[in-house]
Amino acid sequence: MASWPILSFATFLPLVGVALILLFCRGNTPDVLRNVRFISLWTTLVTFVLTLLVWANFDPRNPGYQMVEKAGWIPEFGINYHMGVDGISVLFVVLAGFLMPLCILASWESVQVRLKEYMIAFLALETLMIGMFCALDFVLFYMFFEGVLIPMFLIIGIWGGPRRVYAAFKFFLYTLLGSVLMLLAILAMYYVAGTTDIPTITATQFPRNMQLWLWLAFFASFAVKVPMWPVHTWLPDAHVEAPTAGSVILAGVLLKMGGYGFLRFNIPILPEATEYFAPLIYTLSVVAVIYTSLVALAQEDMKKLIAYSSVAHMGFVTIGMFALNQQGIEGSVFQMLSHGVVSGALFLCVGVVYDRLHTREIARYGGLVKNMPKYAVIFLFMTMASVGLPGTAGFVGEFLVLMGVFRDNTWVAALAATGMVLGAAYALWLYRRVVYGKLTKPDVKAMFDVTPREIAVFLPLIAVVLWMGIYPSSFLNVTSASVEQLIQTYQTKLAASHAASGVSVAAR
Amino acid sequence: MTAVFPDIWPALPEIFLALSGVALLMLGVFRGDGFTRPVSYLSIVCMLLAAVLAMGYGSGRVVTFNGMFVMDAFGVFMKVLVLVSAAFAVILGLGFNEREQMARFEYPVLMIFATLGMLMMISANDFISLYVGLETQSLALYVIAAFRRDSAKSSEAGLKYFVLGSLSSGMLLYGASLVYGFAGTTSFDKVAALFAGGAHVSPGLVIGLVFVMAGLAFKVSAAPFHMWTPDVYEGAPTPVTAFFAAAPKVAAIALLTRVVMEPFGHLAAQWHQVLVATAILSMVIGSFVAIMQTNIKRLMAYSSIGHVGYALVGLTTGTQDGVRGVLIYMALYIAMNIGAFAVILSMKAKGQMLEEIKDFSGLSKTNPMLAATMAIFMFSMAGIPPMAGFFGKLYVFLAAVAAQEYTLAVVGVLTSVVGAFYYLRIIKIMYFDEPAVVVDKVDDDGMTGVLVITSLFTLLFFVAPAPILNGAAAAAAALFAG
Repeated sequence: MASWPILSFATFLPLVGVALILLFCRGNTPDVLRNVRFISLWTTLVTFVLTLLVWANFDPRNPGYQMVEKAGWIPEFGINYHMGVDGISVLFVVLAGFLMPLCILASWESVQVRLKEYMIAFLALETLMIGMFCALDFVLFYMFFEGVLIPMFLIIGIWGGPRRVYAAFKFFLYTLLGSVLMLLAILAMYYVAGTTDIPTITATQFPRNMQLWLWLAFFASFAVKVPMWPVHTWLPDAHVEAPTAGSVILAGVLLKMGGYGFLRFNIPILPEATEYFAPLIYTLSVVAVIYTSLVALAQEDMKKLIAYSSVAHMGFVTIGMFALNQQGIEGSVFQMLSHGVVSGALFLCVGVVYDRLHTREIARYGGLVKNMPKYAVIFLFMTMASVGLPGTAGFVGEFLVLMGVFRDNTWVAALAATGMVLGAAYALWLYRRVVYGKLTKPDVKAMFDVTPREIAVFLPLIAVVLWMGIYPSSFLNVTSASVEQLIQTYQTKLAASHAASGVSVAAR
Repeated sequence: MTAVFPDIWPALPEIFLALSGVALLMLGVFRGDGFTRPVSYLSIVCMLLAAVLAMGYGSGRVVTFNGMFVMDAFGVFMKVLVLVSAAFAVILGLGFNEREQMARFEYPVLMIFATLGMLMMISANDFISLYVGLETQSLALYVIAAFRRDSAKSSEAGLKYFVLGSLSSGMLLYGASLVYGFAGTTSFDKVAALFAGGAHVSPGLVIGLVFVMAGLAFKVSAAPFHMWTPDVYEGAPTPVTAFFAAAPKVAAIALLTRVVMEPFGHLAAQWHQVLVATAILSMVIGSFVAIMQTNIKRLMAYSSIGHVGYALVGLTTGTQDGVRGVLIYMALYIAMNIGAFAVILSMKAKGQMLEEIKDFSGLSKTNPMLAATMAIFMFSMAGIPPMAGFFGKLYVFLAAVAAQEYTLAVVGVLTSVVGAFYYLRIIKIMYFDEPAVVVDKVDDDGMTGVLVITSLFTLLFFVAPAPILNGAAAAAAALFAG
């Protein structure tokens, strides 16, 4: 057990980087800009090390919150600064810490305008993301959750593509609309429970009727964030217009906030409503998996294709979650982690060619395997991981999810499985059109292979994807105790309320 | 009745401010317009001293001047807010008035008298003293609105404000006379005691109550009595607009709060629906109409209408939590509003004031600090955490949810999303668009100070929110104890 507030350090360290940049980097000379880059890189690297320390300090046998910090913030109102991680959140903290230095590296040369503001936005984003996964108080959680919108809005709007303003507004307003409804739900819970402490509220039993409304309010927020069909339309726009590193964080971490929210709030706090609405989630997710896979097939834009594939993959995540058994939930957590790494890597792959040709149109490429063999290998590897080839990270998550949901509902499992086939279709077809074929276009011929810096970005990603695929236990071990407890909480509360209302509990 | 010399100590801030106003007026008259700056500085000192005096009052409820005047923790909180925001508004006007050749010593003196009227409004405990305070404030404000007398726009704003303001005062007076006719008294305490005893509520009294509330809704610029706001905000000299959007609004909200909670506290069933309608209309009009604006001052006018709507959500609940929410909301609103106006006042190119929203284009490139400051205020007004504005909304909506006013809460959060759109538009124009004009550097120390203080307050409020939250809680409790 760490005796020092390690989570707060990991959360707020990036702000130190912001302060350093603001204090010491004045002017716009190349030297200054280099300093800005290095300060950001080192800050994110140290933060990553801290998040690894969090993981090292984590006791996987203990299902409760660990490394807990609690300090009075607004004590008169029962609002505290309460931080802690359990098996569900700890790996997301590591994921955010892991992707951040890669994003900085990926933006090393591609971002030339307003570099200082760019790095400040990313560092602030890191603080907010890590804080969100650690927060154990609703007001604190909401602050981090909503605060993320500010830097992301600026990142898309300032450094984005031609339709960046539209995409930034759509992203912001969509997400805000969902979140404010969640805020009302939080306030209603505060009113009933008298506190905003998440563990305390998790132990509170809410009346059934209230649960249904609260569940819908939380759903409004998280469904937009995940995103679930039919409120996913902001995602393709945001992804297409965002700069590469922005897409990586968006797909890698921000989407996970929605899934995390379902796991942390909807299932344990509102079990009756969860049971009631699970078919809705199944339906929407199955539609997402099949429909967005088909839509992905029709895309002309590389980033848009990967964005739709994200919606499909996150559909698996929500299916697994609401199977409400050990395999399903562990699988969905694992799927979120692997999708975070793999889709991040795919966006980086697109970034590599985009930096050279400045277009994302699939038809403009072709035959890259001839002049960019190393790139072709990396891209193929990540495509396979996305398809879910055994031995890569993608396989474990999808397999567990399908196994979990098969126990609950075979039809959903069957329909979700067709999504895997379609997933293979669009991913491989994208690869075929970009990398294979004849190398005829002169500007494509002139493209050079990946640079050492780019390899440095991809190597850790490849290593992690292999590690997750070959030895998933090191990740599943961390989550299993907490997931077990989550399911137990869910079933105990459900049984209690069923008994109270005199309804016999059907054997599940 | 024997004539007893009244207890003047609770009214110490008012008396001090009145005397210093008179003294400064004489100082100005004898030394002429060349002495404007010293008079302005002294007026700021006097306002802050009055705030200190108000804070020194302590707690407990004291009624004096034959029941006309009341002082309690609620009064202390509101008076400090009014005085501090008035002092800030004087600072904002310093440089502007000199540049625009309207630096006359009457300006700070009129501000002092307006502020004096506001303090009396906050402490009013009788319909007569309410009216006296209100008119003291309004008369001074009419003059300040038309202070740039060689500008047609400013004169028009003053006249408009005067005509509509007197109309609303008339309505209020008519309502008060109806209340007097049906209740037989003008004293808040006696009206409250009457209905606490379960007296019959006659329709005439309800009509009077509605007239009083309509008059007050004019003063807080709540819809549907908001028509004057955009025109006056646009026409009045910008520092005056900044003042209008801050101190008088706090005073009028305080007055409205006291009127519905104290004399009519037992008539919640009667005024509740009026306030619900007003709050919803204000939020909707404030957020939707603002989208179309091209002038930043008109935009701020609609924004202030919307913000009053949110504050009224808290008041509608009629609970202690609701009043607490209103007080927190007003305190935070004042900070960001003054800050936003400080930015608007700093927007000038080659000495010319810029008032169009499109003039903000690319401000983040030509003047990054100013743009960052404005972005903080805009995100805060949109209610995005961790900015201060979020906490204002949080406590208001908390009270609404606790009082089971779900419709209000849902309308509130939905309009705040619409509102976010136009606040974001300013940020978009500053950050995503290319520069159109080169904005001058901020060369006014006072202005820089205001910008730094308000933006740091808005940005870092979440670090130590306790003092203001607790102050507001104590003030709200005082209103319900009495």
